[in-house]
Amino acid sequence: MTTASSADHPTRRDFLFVATGAAAAVGGAAALWPFISQMNPDASTIAAGAPIEVDLSPIAEGQDIKVFWRGKPIYISHRTKKQIDEARAVNVASLPDPQSDEARVKSGHEQWLVVIGICTHLGCIPIAHEGSYDGFFCPCHGSQYDSSGRIRQGPAPANLPVPPYQFVSDTKIQIG
Amino acid sequence: MSGPSDYQPSNPALQWIERRLPIFGLIHSSFVAYPTPRNLNYWWTFGAILSFMLGMQILTGVILAMHYTPHADLAFKSVELIVRDVNYGWLLRNMHAVGASMFFVAVYVHMFRGLYYGSYKEPREVLWILGVIIYLLMMATGFMGYVLPWGQMSFWGATVITNLFSAIPYVGESIVTLLWGGYSVGNPTLNRFFSLHYLLPFLIAGVVVLHVWALHVAGQNNPDGVEPKTEKDTVPFTPHATIKDMFGVTCFMLLYAWFIFYMPNYLGDADNYIPANPGVTPPHIVPEWYYLPFYAILRSIPNKLAGVIAMFGAIIILCFLPWLDSARTKSSKYRPLAKQFFWIFVAVCILLGYLGAQPPEGIYVVAGRVLTFCYFAYFLIVLPLLARIEKPRPVPNSISDAVLAKTGSRSTPMVSTAIMLALAGSLFAGSIDSAKASEGGDQPPSIKWSFSGPFGKFDRGALQRGLKVYKEVCASCHGLSYVAFRNLAEPGGPGYSVAQASAFASEYKVKDGPNDAGDMFERAGRPADYFPSPFPNEQAARAANGGAAPPDLSLITKARSYKRGFPWFIVDFFTQYQEQGPDYVAAVLQGFEDKAPEGVTLPEGSYYNKYFPGHAIKMPKPLSDGQVSYDDGSPTTVAQYAKDVTTFLMWTAEPHMEARKRLGFQVFVFLIIFAILMYFTKKKVWADSH
Ligand code: FES
Repeated sequence: MTTASSADHPTRRDFLFVATGAAAAVGGAAALWPFISQMNPDASTIAAGAPIEVDLSPIAEGQDIKVFWRGKPIYISHRTKKQIDEARAVNVASLPDPQSDEARVKSGHEQWLVVIGICTHLGCIPIAHEGSYDGFFCPCHGSQYDSSGRIRQGPAPANLPVPPYQFVSDTKIQIG
Repeated sequence: MSGPSDYQPSNPALQWIERRLPIFGLIHSSFVAYPTPRNLNYWWTFGAILSFMLGMQILTGVILAMHYTPHADLAFKSVELIVRDVNYGWLLRNMHAVGASMFFVAVYVHMFRGLYYGSYKEPREVLWILGVIIYLLMMATGFMGYVLPWGQMSFWGATVITNLFSAIPYVGESIVTLLWGGYSVGNPTLNRFFSLHYLLPFLIAGVVVLHVWALHVAGQNNPDGVEPKTEKDTVPFTPHATIKDMFGVTCFMLLYAWFIFYMPNYLGDADNYIPANPGVTPPHIVPEWYYLPFYAILRSIPNKLAGVIAMFGAIIILCFLPWLDSARTKSSKYRPLAKQFFWIFVAVCILLGYLGAQPPEGIYVVAGRVLTFCYFAYFLIVLPLLARIEKPRPVPNSISDAVLAKTGSRSTPMVSTAIMLALAGSLFAGSIDSAKASEGGDQPPSIKWSFSGPFGKFDRGALQRGLKVYKEVCASCHGLSYVAFRNLAEPGGPGYSVAQASAFASEYKVKDGPNDAGDMFERAGRPADYFPSPFPNEQAARAANGGAAPPDLSLITKARSYKRGFPWFIVDFFTQYQEQGPDYVAAVLQGFEDKAPEGVTLPEGSYYNKYFPGHAIKMPKPLSDGQVSYDDGSPTTVAQYAKDVTTFLMWTAEPHMEARKRLGFQVFVFLIIFAILMYFTKKKVWADSH
């Protein structure tokens, strides 16, 4: 009779230890979540990232403005005919990050280029109207973007991203 | 930490490290093989509980510092933003604020345990003194931490405590100026307190390492106060002490969680929800509960310098305890007289704490002096005398003898002391409450609120109606500056949709700018905007309202309280009654009387209110029947308006209350199951050793 009890004793004991250990692990993992989650943007930061409206009427042809949305600089360029033609004349397939100009602007509003002005290499802000492609030039490590904001030369791997936006009227866009 | 160990890890990689840095041996000898007396009771788990609390305070503190702004103009607001906007910010803040109190609860138990069992005696004098140093550092850290939210109590607490140093002859004033970094408590003070509040916990951690080191050299004391002689007297630290400590920590977490999730403001002061105002001192300056006994000693002495010396002396005297009490027998278990005087001393400390929270007048002053005398007499007269005249009972030969002898009536002293301490603790904690008395106002009636209790939820209808009352009545004078329109659509709030909240926002005109031309302009409100305040600044608010600026209402239900009195504050701890603020606000809204009673003269421009402290309120009766129309058929009476708007203001004061209580329930279910599992695991582990 002692044999029987000592035979099942270790298993019950092991079960208890495993259950306690498992509960501790689950509780510990769950308790970690608030400590990680607090690092994410807080509610006021998220609310401040709401869409913004930009009036385009003051921007003359050949000029551009920089606005901020979610802390990021957004370039809005009023492109000249020459810039548009250049952007559309290139062979898309030959580009490092192939994308047509048509896909990067809103149809009917071809003169407006809206891009996030953050170099896709390591995050510097490219300078508008510089470089050999009539677009942007990043002074940090020499990336060159064309008049459609596409990468043409230099270490950056991708085109300047286009933020979500839409035309609310002919002279007004909403970014976000 | 007790000398070189012959421990060798089996893993070759670990062996490689071990030969160069014997860290695994150190850990093994300190926390695994370390022999721990087998007769330790649960009072000995408070060392582990304290380590846990220190870890929690550092962890939550480092995180809060990521979101906090140490600037006199922004600190209060940044704390509110943590609580309202940061993910789980309310939880982290409660953990840290309540954690400070729990840390002190644990340290007091730990210290009294040391006192009772003579843990300061030869060869543990240095261990004890290191503990006193840790305690002093904790007090400094706790004080500076309490200043950081920059509420009224923060500000005035900082002023009063730093002014203690002005008692020093000749150089006092210069020292105080040096501490402040200015001519009064201000932004430089806040900045340096933040810096030091971040630094000191790491110093504490450093001294804790020394404390543990000294502990492991001298070995742990034990309830019988006889040193372990043979192997039979001890058990290995792991798993025995480890599992027991973890069980102790789990039980302590239940208490901790009770405060975090259900009573987060019970130990705090309502005045600290009012932003610091250098021009107005709150009627009662009360330090946090853990300083109250020393505060009482300070106030008992009618001389400034002597009071300060007595207060610091009350702590410093602990360092001399090993020499003041020269009795050979360590444990009070075998010292019949010392045992009785110990409990009298505990009572003296608790009563001093109670007095520290009372206004310094009448009988309280006399009692304070008597108890201050008793406090010092315990150390300077009773203990030295007892060492000479007391005849201790014989101590057991060894720990194993003590363990064998201990059958039958083993749990009674433990239970009775636990009950006694629980009662004393709640008396103590509640005494803070009584100090927050709103003097000269009637006791507001307790209203049944939908949001009270552990499962309380806001009544959505009341929140929506309350918003309407606020907007149509209160908003003409009172701001709501911590509440954004987007909050109206958040879960746990009035239950509006995002579109409804935007529409609500767009009815407001909000100042923005400057635009490209450098001009400020007005635009329609957006969800991210905050409720605009009716006055551009405090001076304008004051000027327009007969000299009394209408307070911002965002936090009003947490910033107001009233005296509950004995024994209610003890009952409140168990019933989770937290609604003094809402009760008071609702009462004031209904407490107006057309004519002041006979014999009461009101100052010019004041109105009589039954519940307002002092009865003379500058606000005219704001609500009258039928003033605001309700479209859900609720009665349009002052009573209903008051209840609705107060419910709304409770939500504005704590928008995450529902989340807090919901998470609290989940945590409790988990902790109770886990504590039960831990209990049986502990029993299994110890089964072989008894
Ligand atoms: S960041 Fe622009 S080129 Fe490197």
